[in-house]
Amino acid sequence: MKRLTGAVVPLGAAFLAFLLGAIMILSLGASPANGLSAMLDGAFGTGDRIAATAVRATPLLLVGAGITIAFRASVINIGGEGQIIAGALLSTTVALVIPDTPRPLLIPIIILAGLVGGGIWGAIPGVLKAYASVNEILSTVMLNIVAIQLMNYLLRGPLIDPIEEGTSRIPQTQRLSDNAALPTLVDGTRLHLGVPIAILAAILVYLLLFRTPFGFRLRAVGHNPDAARAAGISVEKNIVSALGLSGALSGLAGVILVFGSESLRFVTDGSSAGFTGSAGFNGIVTALFGGLHPLWTIPSSFLFGSLLTGATELQRELQIPNALAIALNGLIVLFVVSSDRVRGWLDQRLDRSMKKGGGQ
Amino acid sequence: MKASKLLKLLGALFAFTLLAAACGSTATDAVDEVTDAVDGDEDEAMEDDEASHSDLSVAVVAPSASDDVAFTQSMIDSLGRLGIEPQVTDGTFVVEEAAAAIRSFAEDGTDVVIAHGTQYGGSLEEIAPDFPETSFIWGTSADNLGLDNVFAYFPAADQGGYVNGLIAGSIADGGEIGVVGPVEAGDAVAYIEGFALGAESVGASTSIVYTGSFSDVALATTTAQAHVDNGVVGLTGTSQSMVGAVNIATANDLPWFGTQSNTEPWSSDLTVVSQVYHWDVVLADMFASIEDGTFGGEVFELTLENGGLVMEYNDGFDLDAGIRSAADDAVAGIIAGDIATQ
Amino acid sequence: MSEFFTVSVIFATLSTSIRFAVPYLFAALGETVGQRSGVLNLGVDGIMLLGGFGAYYAVLQTDSHILGLLVGIAIGLLMGFVYAFVTVFLHAKQGISGIGIFLFGLGFSDLLFQELVGTPLPIRPLPRLDQLPVVGGLFEPLVDVAVIGPLLFDHDLLTFMAFLLVPAISWLLLKTTFGMNVRAVGENPQAADSLGVSVERTRFISILIGSTLAGVAGATLSLQLAIFQQNLTNGIGFIAVALVYFGAWRPRYVMAGALLYGIVTATRIRWQSLGIIPQGASDVAAMAPAIVTILALVLLASRVRGPAALTKPFSRH
Repeated sequence: MKRLTGAVVPLGAAFLAFLLGAIMILSLGASPANGLSAMLDGAFGTGDRIAATAVRATPLLLVGAGITIAFRASVINIGGEGQIIAGALLSTTVALVIPDTPRPLLIPIIILAGLVGGGIWGAIPGVLKAYASVNEILSTVMLNIVAIQLMNYLLRGPLIDPIEEGTSRIPQTQRLSDNAALPTLVDGTRLHLGVPIAILAAILVYLLLFRTPFGFRLRAVGHNPDAARAAGISVEKNIVSALGLSGALSGLAGVILVFGSESLRFVTDGSSAGFTGSAGFNGIVTALFGGLHPLWTIPSSFLFGSLLTGATELQRELQIPNALAIALNGLIVLFVVSSDRVRGWLDQRLDRSMKKGGGQ
Repeated sequence: MKASKLLKLLGALFAFTLLAAACGSTATDAVDEVTDAVDGDEDEAMEDDEASHSDLSVAVVAPSASDDVAFTQSMIDSLGRLGIEPQVTDGTFVVEEAAAAIRSFAEDGTDVVIAHGTQYGGSLEEIAPDFPETSFIWGTSADNLGLDNVFAYFPAADQGGYVNGLIAGSIADGGEIGVVGPVEAGDAVAYIEGFALGAESVGASTSIVYTGSFSDVALATTTAQAHVDNGVVGLTGTSQSMVGAVNIATANDLPWFGTQSNTEPWSSDLTVVSQVYHWDVVLADMFASIEDGTFGGEVFELTLENGGLVMEYNDGFDLDAGIRSAADDAVAGIIAGDIATQ
Repeated sequence: MSEFFTVSVIFATLSTSIRFAVPYLFAALGETVGQRSGVLNLGVDGIMLLGGFGAYYAVLQTDSHILGLLVGIAIGLLMGFVYAFVTVFLHAKQGISGIGIFLFGLGFSDLLFQELVGTPLPIRPLPRLDQLPVVGGLFEPLVDVAVIGPLLFDHDLLTFMAFLLVPAISWLLLKTTFGMNVRAVGENPQAADSLGVSVERTRFISILIGSTLAGVAGATLSLQLAIFQQNLTNGIGFIAVALVYFGAWRPRYVMAGALLYGIVTATRIRWQSLGIIPQGASDVAAMAPAIVTILALVLLASRVRGPAALTKPFSRH
């Protein structure tokens, strides 16, 4: 029965958020039914659109899986944006330095570079929290700002496309090595290798968290640091690991954003959303909605990916700004995080009614 | 105890709903008006459409809003002058989203897809070859990617920039003119460098700051304010992030020099002159080619000479006749090739 | 470099810095009150965006700055109710529910802006002290005082309000019964509760104060810039939250932090316009405040202790 309330509450929260979304669409002078059908059409209308939805879901899944690790260890990672950028920058640099490495070698190398880049960017706040008691919420937010400026500096300077250098100077790299491009899986669609990589990563995170001693220690620290410490577990090391791993997965999302992109370049408009599409924040929504469980994050990311692609279609067909999707994401977060207490209360009620009913 | 918690919860949901509904109901009225206006435009456009390029379906993908009084609006207005009501996906500053929009327009069988952003080039290079029956129009760029279904366009923004600079420098009378740039790229650099040369030609100096963003209105406004604090006697700037900067000029009674679209609606009488992009001049040629079966392969430039760049003076600003005639001479000189603006 | 070190340039830059600091200051002072009561609100940026849009829209419709400010206040208050309800009564995890408020504010303000306004029309800018109706003439001689005049008096009323709020918040926190309760529930809610202080009520009110000031901060930003756009704040709200830690939960140090951000922004623009630093270096310079903040947090973390119950929900059982 408890399992049931576990699923009902987030679904209820999402239902409420979508209900409010329908009210908003209605008050914007459109029919919610048309809105829904436009969104469904945009997200799943054709095979190509389903592929696009899966591609949009990929960074959300990776960031979400990473966030899950951090939250399970009771550290809050708001630094997804910066970690995505760090992973993308390092992997892009590597691909620019060794473009001629054969594909079977180069793709694992850039993935590794992304993991390392994001991992470092995540581990810094981990170290600061573990050894200098710096609040990780603040340091991750600050490191986002640093990463954005670093990206702008590098893409306008050292990493800029040599052709752009002399002409229009758009902050973007040259077209990266074909050997580093994530291969397309289904001809004629955008579905690329990044999608199965992300799903695999989420499964690995599940195994790591729930099937290894390492994962057990991590969760023990998250559940009760004092008890964990008393049991001889190093709280500090686990905090650094949690944020480092969390960052590494976001870094991998950065790799996929660059090397799975249509243009095979790292390009920005000077803001972080211009590159990440705010995946660093939306990944938090994804993780929460997946109940902070790596496997549930897979369908959750697909849902939010479809919300994003659907919103684009909503804008195209009904002229409803796709900002609606962001507002809805915010509401979903609020409803889901508020639901814990509601869930506890529901559980109590259920327990009592079961006792009354003679315990079925 | 339990019941009171439930009440609290319901109260919260009620408040949320009220919030949404309250905001929504005010929204509805305004939206109705807007929708009416849009409907009206559509009818007109339909009629005009039949007169001109009736067979072509056109879509625009652009990084900022269609009504930004700058880069994107200049394109929508230009299409309007040709009697074309395009399908629009605007505000796609995330390149990957723009790429998806460009691709889905092409898949839908749209005849002409206008990728209105230099940064979309890398994606277009991949997309265009997949849709040989679709014509792509891309700018601003001086390079059509070597593809025969891509037309490229770019404005010689330095030309109008020079004229603006010359007028500003003449008005400044020894003072300094503040320049607010977005990212140091594309037509913004051309405009600003032309402006500096024009100002220099009459002995005036310019103070140039690039904010590093095409869209950060707050930073552009802040920068304009800093220019004013430092005592500039005139302001100019380019990109969709300029609206606040124009306002700073108005608030401090300083002349403003516009580019891309006419900034008059923003600044009442203080916009001296705007260099306006009339993309329709080159778009008409492109559409004619497309109807003849040529889908691309050419680069078009907007210049003062071909009427793609138009200096639109504001009648409300009392511009000295001598300066105006010097500006007209400069336009003639640029067209004749006697004045270098780069 | 020598062009920069002239009295007039430095004072002009400082005057600009003071104005830039104002939105940070309002937001950070409000957040200080909330955090002192034990509640972290990471949604400041979203509340600023909603308040900023509301104020902008009100001025666009009515041309009244006072009404604009009131709308900003009302929206801040309303969002405060939402956040307080979610955190105080439903015990939602504060860091995350704040992100929910942020995302909602980011999306909803953009949605309203695009639907209700569309074209970014400028509004009438805030009058400076000497441009005020009726009393403006009184201040003209002050503004005209050489060097110091423009630095101290060539500002709008909201700027003065923000700086006057610094001692006011200090007084509120240190000298009033309410302030004592705030600090008590932020340090040890159980003890405060046993002394008969309502933890819920105190936190609720503190959140309302913080959120209202976030609304004011947003209104100030859009009124000073006389414009609104999608994501106008560009992260100011997040920096404001960091400034509270930076200022060790003391209003006057928080003010110092806000001024630091103002000075860095103003100096960067000034140096670029003087050609002292090229564009590339300007991107690097933009990292400076964030890095300085992190370093300050490292230095302060071991020396200054924040409210002990910060981010911890309170329940009796």
